[in-house]
Amino acid sequence: MKLFLNILKYVFVLFLTVVMSGPILTAILGSIRTSGEVYSNPFALPKNGIQWENYTFILTNPDFWRQVANSTYITVTATVMTVIISSFLAFIFARVDFRGREIWFNILMLGMLFPLSVAILPVFIQLMNLKLLDSFWGVILPMVTFATPGNTVILRNFFTAIPQELEDASYIDGCSTFGFFRYILFPMARPSIAAVATLVVVASWNEFFLPLLVLNDPNKWPLPLGIMQFQGQFGTDYGKVLAFITLLIIPSVIFYIFAEKYIVTGLTGGELKG
Amino acid sequence: MSAIPYRVLPKNNPKSFEKKADDRNKMMLIALFFLPGFSLLFLFLVMPIFQSIFYSFFRWNGLGPVDNFVGLENYSRAFADKVFRKSMWHNFQVVILTLLIELPLAMALALLLVRGNLRFVRLFRAIFFLPYVFSEVITGLIWLFVLNPGEGFANVLFKAIIPGFENQAWLGNIDLVLPVIFFVMTWKYFGLHMLLYMAGIQNINPDVENAARLDGANEWQLLRRITLPMIADTIKLTMFLGVLGSLQVFVIILVMTKGGPVYATEVMVTYMYRVGLQRFSLGFGAAVSVILFIIALFFSIGYQRTVMQTSLE
Repeated sequence: MKLFLNILKYVFVLFLTVVMSGPILTAILGSIRTSGEVYSNPFALPKNGIQWENYTFILTNPDFWRQVANSTYITVTATVMTVIISSFLAFIFARVDFRGREIWFNILMLGMLFPLSVAILPVFIQLMNLKLLDSFWGVILPMVTFATPGNTVILRNFFTAIPQELEDASYIDGCSTFGFFRYILFPMARPSIAAVATLVVVASWNEFFLPLLVLNDPNKWPLPLGIMQFQGQFGTDYGKVLAFITLLIIPSVIFYIFAEKYIVTGLTGGELKG
Repeated sequence: MSAIPYRVLPKNNPKSFEKKADDRNKMMLIALFFLPGFSLLFLFLVMPIFQSIFYSFFRWNGLGPVDNFVGLENYSRAFADKVFRKSMWHNFQVVILTLLIELPLAMALALLLVRGNLRFVRLFRAIFFLPYVFSEVITGLIWLFVLNPGEGFANVLFKAIIPGFENQAWLGNIDLVLPVIFFVMTWKYFGLHMLLYMAGIQNINPDVENAARLDGANEWQLLRRITLPMIADTIKLTMFLGVLGSLQVFVIILVMTKGGPVYATEVMVTYMYRVGLQRFSLGFGAAVSVILFIIALFFSIGYQRTVMQTSLE
């Protein structure tokens, strides 16, 4: 009975592993085969040799590299801004007592209740009024705005955990409040900052809706828009589309392998071990 | 060592002088730290919300002046539109499926991975959670390929398991397409909920459960009476995230079905995108946004009453 139960557990978990990884693996497999092969059987190994030209076709395309650059620019800027702004706010809400704290905190929480895609049309109208359409800032600023509340809450929890005695000691040693933030709290909270940064990197690298509305100029498009356009153009040429997909999956997987610790820390408040 | 250094305090009312300077510094600091965050929140969250309430009373295409006041007509038009009502119903179905299928599945796996004495737990956890880092565009495109009506991964897999299975047009069948979209959402996001549950379960003090075991509780009673109640906060959090996620679903649908076939996967955000942004009826779109806001707010206030009381102690 116990053995049977054990086998059942593994069968269940392995079945799910197939469901989870199967689509990804078939996509990668498809990317090195001709479209004809992909059409006839999604699993088989390449019969006509590995189709590297699926990849060289994309990698020699200047549009692709421009999209990589755009995505990188948007992601890095949004991440740096979000980390700085959220840690400022988190510090105030974790460490400083002042009148109206509750009210401000509730305004901040409002941002968590309205995800970006729900508020997209109002944001779009505002971007139109501010003449920010078709500029990177029109993508970055709303991105930072909607990333700030959640990340402030995450950081605030970590900041609160840093003992009060440390803060008092630093003041006695002549540190200013800003000095305490800059030289003691921020360095001490580095793992949680890294966690937040990782989450923002993932979100802004993947953002699709905002650039879709804001950026008309194809020269400004990030990768998610680029691949949609590519799919529209080469939709039936599965090999090429899958190669593009694979080129986006592989960095994500590598990033995930290195950043898993931080992602998990950020999402679970540092509570998940192992 | 010389004498203990001390500061010479100003003669008149020293305390209040120091306090004032302190207060001024503190106010400066608060302002400095507040300004960037709250200016952005004001510009891109608070102001847009109030603007869209204003615009929702006008017929406005984004060009020209906002002067065609129509009162509540945009709202009544939305509720009169069968497609909009359908899209609300689809969101509701996704919410229910998330709560009844996705979250219990995540819980079962979290229990299995933390308590199941399995090997390679970290590997399984990583595989189940991996799609979380993919963009929704990539997720949609991969599944578009997997579900293609010819010899796609899904059809081939089902034909291997079920004899006599015939190729399905997964995204072309109006009865099948919404559950399929829900399945893809689950594929991408259940790992997040699983991760949160795993963190919760790990943090339960084993003594509590051991005590219950000594008192003769069986595993099922243990789960129902001890384990689940002890991670109630985590469960509530995932319910909140799940519902909010179901309300905002958009990109996966845009990539895979564009709301079709025959509006079978139209949800509120795709509806707002189609009528408000693609046709540029911004006044009408604003009304739809306000309805969405109210639904989100209504839900969140209920949530706040029950869960978030402890948010700022």
